[in-house]
Amino acid sequence: MNLTLYVWRQAGPKEKGRLVQYEARDISPDMSFLEMLDVVNEDLIRRGEEPIAFDSDCREGICGACGQAVNGTPHGPRKLTTTCQLHMRNYQDGDTIYIEPFRALAFPVVKDLVIDRGSLDRIIQSGGYISVHTGGVADGNAILIPKSDADTAMDAAECIGCGACVAACPNGSAMLFTAAKVTHLASLPQGKIEAGRRVCMMTEEMLRQGFGNCGNHYECESACPKGIRVRFIAKLNREFLKTRST
Amino acid sequence: MSLPASTVARKLLMAATGQLMIIFIILHVLGNSTIFYRTLNAYAAGLHALPLLLWIFRSVMLAAIMLHVFYGIQVTIENREAKPRTYAVQEYAASTFSSRNMIWTGTAIGSFLIYHLLHFTFQTIDPSTAAVTHPDAAGRPDVFAMVFAAFRRIGILLVYAAGLLAVWLHLSHGIQSSFQTWGLNGEKSFPYIKKGSRLAALILLLAYAAIPAAIVMGLLK
Repeated sequence: MNLTLYVWRQAGPKEKGRLVQYEARDISPDMSFLEMLDVVNEDLIRRGEEPIAFDSDCREGICGACGQAVNGTPHGPRKLTTTCQLHMRNYQDGDTIYIEPFRALAFPVVKDLVIDRGSLDRIIQSGGYISVHTGGVADGNAILIPKSDADTAMDAAECIGCGACVAACPNGSAMLFTAAKVTHLASLPQGKIEAGRRVCMMTEEMLRQGFGNCGNHYECESACPKGIRVRFIAKLNREFLKTRST
Repeated sequence: MSLPASTVARKLLMAATGQLMIIFIILHVLGNSTIFYRTLNAYAAGLHALPLLLWIFRSVMLAAIMLHVFYGIQVTIENREAKPRTYAVQEYAASTFSSRNMIWTGTAIGSFLIYHLLHFTFQTIDPSTAAVTHPDAAGRPDVFAMVFAAFRRIGILLVYAAGLLAVWLHLSHGIQSSFQTWGLNGEKSFPYIKKGSRLAALILLLAYAAIPAAIVMGLLK
């Protein structure tokens, strides 16, 4: 199939970017979205032009490196799917596709579609850890955890930190990302101890990093390739209230 | 006393003050419904017979409104800064017109509230029908006649229609949002809370609209 692409080209962090039109020729429906970009890049290299810079790593939907907004939707139109797992069979011959980097103040563009998501790392560094002694593996296994709590923690731990929630949020908020880590740790005995403090540290760092406030738009949940739920944000709020009331 | 700067604390305060205003909106429409029983003047006189309670209530509401407006403007400015650029093709999957326009429906409600207070509380919009200077047969301020006269004027009707629409849009997002903020929802209850809050906003819209509608249609004489 042949497609018309409008791709965001930006030479560097300080440069002015713009959408540039490209034709993607002879694209197989079996290709992933990133493989389609590879084909376009090979063509650009052949013509002596600068290839489109974009992030990718595992290409199997688990690393969170790929981050492109496809027609304004982070990771494209398929639910629970990262861009690398989005296949071209979802498109038809002659389609026009807009490809842009994830947009947020806290995600500065490095080049073209590559963004700096270090701000998410700094939220984790501010409180997304456990500082109590958890002992060895045997000690961990000796602590009984209700199945439902373990399930909640695992569901929240599914977050791959791709930043789609931020990219989809009209407020550029990282609340779903933060809430996933808060819920993951606060659902387990070792993480409960610092739960309230963690909420304060992480949400304060979130604002410091230039993310917006959560306005309960729920766009994040819809865009999340890992199905992180906004009920974790409600959980974060409850943990905050618990700290304040004690 | 310093105001909290934490994003969660501000969100909780927005929700709490919003919920307080929702309670007021429910009480207000229940009070107004006395117009259908011809007891509006007695209800109004009854309220004013308890000045201490009335002023405590008004002070609490004023404080709630000021906090809600202050934080509303503050977080909107922060959020706009956090999202300096949107997409060339913008698609929304979960947010709604009402959720994305809270600042504007809020501004409309604020403007309407000032008009509404000047109109029916301070009674300066149309002094010729002001209830304080036109007592009814029992010697009470004739609120019924004032309301009745007001809603026969197309300009005033349009202002109230716009005000009610803004309240409806604001609450369509606001009610369920406040439940999420206070964490008063679970995975199973959340879809019902979302639908229920939209329904509640619609019921409030219809309940408020019933009064001018009844007057215009000649059901109330």
